[in-house]
Amino acid sequence: MTPLLSVQGITKFYGQHIGCKDVAFDLYPGEVMGIVGESGSGKSTLLNCMAGHLTPDAGAVVFDTRTDGPRDTVTMSEPERRMLSRTDWAFVHQHARDGLRMGVSAGGNVGERLMAVGDRHYGDIRAKATDWLGRVEIDANRVDDRPTTFSGGMQQRLQIARNLVTGPRLVFMDEPTGGLDVSVQARLLDLLRGLVRDMGLSAIIVTHDLAVVRLLADRLMVMKDGHVVEAGLTDQVLDDPQHAYSQLLVSSVLQV
Amino acid sequence: MSDYNFAYLDEQTKRMIRRAILKGLAIPGYQVPFASREMPMPYGWGTGGVQVSAAVMTPDDRFKVIDQGADDTTNAVSIRTFFERTAGVATTTKTSQASVIQTRHRIPEEPLSEGQILVYQVPIPEPLRFLEPRESETRKMHSLEEYGLMHVKLYEDISRHGHIATSYAYPVKVEGRYVMDPSPIPKFDNPKLGDMAAIQLFGAGREQRIYALPPYTQVVSLDFEDHPFEASKPDHPCAMCGAENSYLDEVITNDAGGRMFVCSDTDFCEARQAAGHTGTMNGKDAA
Ligand SMILES: [Zn+2]
Repeated sequence: MTPLLSVQGITKFYGQHIGCKDVAFDLYPGEVMGIVGESGSGKSTLLNCMAGHLTPDAGAVVFDTRTDGPRDTVTMSEPERRMLSRTDWAFVHQHARDGLRMGVSAGGNVGERLMAVGDRHYGDIRAKATDWLGRVEIDANRVDDRPTTFSGGMQQRLQIARNLVTGPRLVFMDEPTGGLDVSVQARLLDLLRGLVRDMGLSAIIVTHDLAVVRLLADRLMVMKDGHVVEAGLTDQVLDDPQHAYSQLLVSSVLQV
Repeated sequence: MSDYNFAYLDEQTKRMIRRAILKGLAIPGYQVPFASREMPMPYGWGTGGVQVSAAVMTPDDRFKVIDQGADDTTNAVSIRTFFERTAGVATTTKTSQASVIQTRHRIPEEPLSEGQILVYQVPIPEPLRFLEPRESETRKMHSLEEYGLMHVKLYEDISRHGHIATSYAYPVKVEGRYVMDPSPIPKFDNPKLGDMAAIQLFGAGREQRIYALPPYTQVVSLDFEDHPFEASKPDHPCAMCGAENSYLDEVITNDAGGRMFVCSDTDFCEARQAAGHTGTMNGKDAA
C-alpha cells in the first residue's frame, strides 16, 4: 500500500540551533500519528515543515495526491501547495482564533472552504455548515453568531468543523486541546475520537498531553532536542517505554 | 496657467502614471502600484482620479466631473476648476460631449462611446481587505486566484439580511480572472461596467493603486446560484423627467416629510426634460 504521507529526512535549523533533525516516518490512510515532547523538542517545527508553513532545510514530505500520486510537497509550486492546504489537507491550530475568522459568522467560517473550492449555492453551503455544526455539537441556531460569542471549547469545535467540512484526507493538529479547561478537554477529545473513527481520518497530532495521544493516536513518536528518540505503537510506547527520556515523560516526572 | 506644467503634474510623473495605466489596461482588473504625488487637495477629494485625469489629458480634451451624479457639488466644481486653471482645457456638463469624465460614485446613464475615457476616484482599491487586512496575503490571493473569501462576504450578507445587502462597491470578476472593486458606485451601475465602449480607469491616491478596464471587457458581478445579482434601484420613475430606468436619489422636499425620487445623473435628467419628458413634479398635472 502507498503511504498517504511519507516524511523523509526532514531537517530544519534556526541558525546554529537544531529545530528538528532527520525525521522520517510513513503515515498510512486511516492512521493517526501522535508526536509528543516538551516545548522546544522540535515537534511544532516538524509539524510546520510537514504542513508547508515552514520550508525545511533538507528532506521531503511526499503526499499521495488524488490526481498525480505521490508528490513532494516541499518542492511543488506554492499555488499547488496552497490548493492542497484548502482541499485535501486541514490544519487545526492550538488557538482557535488563529484558525477562525472572528469577524465572520459560524456558518461563514464553516462555509469558507466550500466556497473556496467553488460551491456557489447559498442554500447548500448553509445546509452543509449547519450539518457540521451539529456534528461538532454546536446548536444549529448559533449558525449566524460570530465565534467571539462562543466559549473556548465551542470555538475549538467550530475550528474543527471548518477544517473537516471538505472531507480532507489528512489533518494536522497542533495541541488541539491546549489551553482548554480539563472538563472541556475531555469533551473535545471524545468528539475528536468519534470523528476520527467515523470518518476514518488520517491525522498527525502534536501535543505534550499524553492523554490525547493515548486516546487518539495509533502510533507515537517521542521527540527531544529535535530528534525522534522513540517510535512505535502508542500503547507499547506508553506502557513500556524503552528510551530513558520516554520513561521520564511517561512517569510524568517532566511537567511541561 | 504658465505657472504650472500642463495639468499640474510634471512630465516625468505623468509618464510614470501612464505606464501604470498601460499596464492596468494590459491586465484588466489588476491593481498596479504607482507613486502617488501630493496634490493641492486633501485625500478623499479624488487625488487618485485627478492624477489619472492629468496623465491622460491633452489640450484638445473636453472635461467633465461628476460627483454622485451631479456636476455642481463643491468637489466636482473644484476639480473642474483645477483643470481649467492648470490645463486650460474646455469643460462641459454634457456626458456626450466630454472626452474625459472624472467620476465619484456613478457611471453616467447615457451610454459612453469609443474615444471617451471614464476616470473613477477610488477610496479603497482592495476588495478583499475587509476580511483579510494583510496586504501580503491579499496580493497572494489575487495572484493565485483564491477568491473564496469574496463569497464569504456575500454569504454573510445573506445570512444577516436575507439577501445580498451590499449595494455599493459590489465586487466583480474581470475577464474571468481578477476580482475588482468597482469603487463605491451603486450596484445598479455594475452592468454598465462590462462591455463598455469607453476606456475605464480607476485611481486610488492614498492607496497608490491604478487599475483599468479596456473597452469591451467582460465584467461579471459575483453572486450565488440561488441569490443571483440584481441591479436594483428604488422602484419609482423620476419625479422630474419620468425616466423609469435611471438611478434615483431620494430628495426631501419640505419639512412635512415630503419626498420625491429624482435622477441622480443631473445631466441625463435635464436633457430628458429639455426633450419634453416630464415627471409627476413638473408635468402638466403638477403645474
Ligand atoms: Zn430624471
